[in-house]
Amino acid sequence: MTAEPLPEHPDFLWRTPEPRASYDVVVVGAGGHGLATAYYLARNHGITNVAVLEKGWLAGGNMARNTTIIRSNYLWDQSAAIYEHALKLWERLPEELDYDFLFSQRGVLNLAHTLQDVREGVRRVGANRLNGVDAQWLEPDEVADVCPILNISPRTRYPVLGATFQPRAGIAKHDHVAWALARRADDMGVDLIQGCEVTGFLKDGDRVVGVETSRGRILAGRVGLAAAGHSSVLAQRAGFRLPVQSHPLQALVSELHEPVHPTVVMSNHVHVYVSQAHKGELVMGAGVDAYNGYGQRGSFHVIEQQMAAAVELFPVFARAHVLRTWGGIVDVTPDASPIIGTTPVENLYVNCGWGTGGFKATPAAGWTFAHTIATGEPHPLNAPFALERFATGALIDEHGAAAVAH
Amino acid sequence: MLLITCPWCGPRDETEYHYGGQAHVPYPADPADLTDEQWAEYVFYRDNPKGPFAERWLHSIGCRRWFNVLRDTVTYRVLASYRPGEPRPELPQAGGNR
Repeated sequence: MTAEPLPEHPDFLWRTPEPRASYDVVVVGAGGHGLATAYYLARNHGITNVAVLEKGWLAGGNMARNTTIIRSNYLWDQSAAIYEHALKLWERLPEELDYDFLFSQRGVLNLAHTLQDVREGVRRVGANRLNGVDAQWLEPDEVADVCPILNISPRTRYPVLGATFQPRAGIAKHDHVAWALARRADDMGVDLIQGCEVTGFLKDGDRVVGVETSRGRILAGRVGLAAAGHSSVLAQRAGFRLPVQSHPLQALVSELHEPVHPTVVMSNHVHVYVSQAHKGELVMGAGVDAYNGYGQRGSFHVIEQQMAAAVELFPVFARAHVLRTWGGIVDVTPDASPIIGTTPVENLYVNCGWGTGGFKATPAAGWTFAHTIATGEPHPLNAPFALERFATGALIDEHGAAAVAH
Repeated sequence: MLLITCPWCGPRDETEYHYGGQAHVPYPADPADLTDEQWAEYVFYRDNPKGPFAERWLHSIGCRRWFNVLRDTVTYRVLASYRPGEPRPELPQAGGNR
């Protein structure tokens, strides 16, 4: 494995327009999902009279705060379908967007440390294959072949008993993904408006007709919410509730190292996930903090547990120094699956509840959400992820395959 | 790390506790009369405020009793803690719970 050079940073990727008085579609949130939605509204549906409103700066929320892991090895059919659609889009997006955002299909190992983990993993490999998702079950010595720095000794507290392996999984350079989508959306006429917070909704009866913002009133034919941790705050302003809870999820990076870690390793049982960024940082994530929070920081004891797990699994990391820690705010649903679809407010649509899995889904979230906004109806891929499932009971319980405790 | 005051044991680190979500969510008075939507509200829908939030914590490695906490979800400051059955304290609460 050799370090790949970073792409040159272009001078201007998008315009900085003043908000117009009205748009066909207003998307709230210029993170990965909001930008992908705008891109596919223009590309797939020819809807270019679109504004993406961002209260902070473009892709400065969870898009800047995740561990950039991309995979589609989910258990249930509905999840496998939408995440695999995302992975197929990831595979063609660098060429389509003409931007090398360093999508690296280096594979992901999901480790098993208990007999139950083994059974769950073997079952998930079977489920994945039936859904056309590449998946293998690896014994400990095969795990070590994929990732030689991993400690597979049987004398650790939680020995590695095997792992699922998805070779097509990987990582991408998250900032560049956002910039690539932003540039193409901008090219097609989408207005990307930063420093513009949505403070309220304009309604005509039960129908949304625009938004109140920190930069004035903007009329809109349709409004799509893609605001991750703040989705329930916006929903409340629009007059409905969402079954989501916002939790801090933190991650950290080490100082730069020579390339030592060839793949992505996740462990749900001892709870750490690690990859090595293109520049050389070890990127590590943990589970969400238990409590609700919007503070974009987490608890120190979570880092302590995550580091203990990392050092046991990767003894070579013992002398690595933490360079930086940060937190994002994830919107967690009761079944650990997203909500993409219509709301009780006509012409107002929501894409939220991705919990810890939002980054990997970026293209499929945009693809299906754009379809829903453009047609008023869900795409077959996001129909199962409707808000109504919490009343009908047709939940998609992905707590196991989510691979991050939440 | 949060410093949370158990009403029985006093201030302890967050790691001694288990989080229990929103406080003051009563079991439906007439469960047989609820629609599917009302059941969904009871089972799956909770408040998610940006600011003070009344929530339940269990002192799992202390006295093992549940109690309620008022905590700000932006600053993570613990504003008050109180026993089950006691009314939610009025805010603003000067001085927190220490």
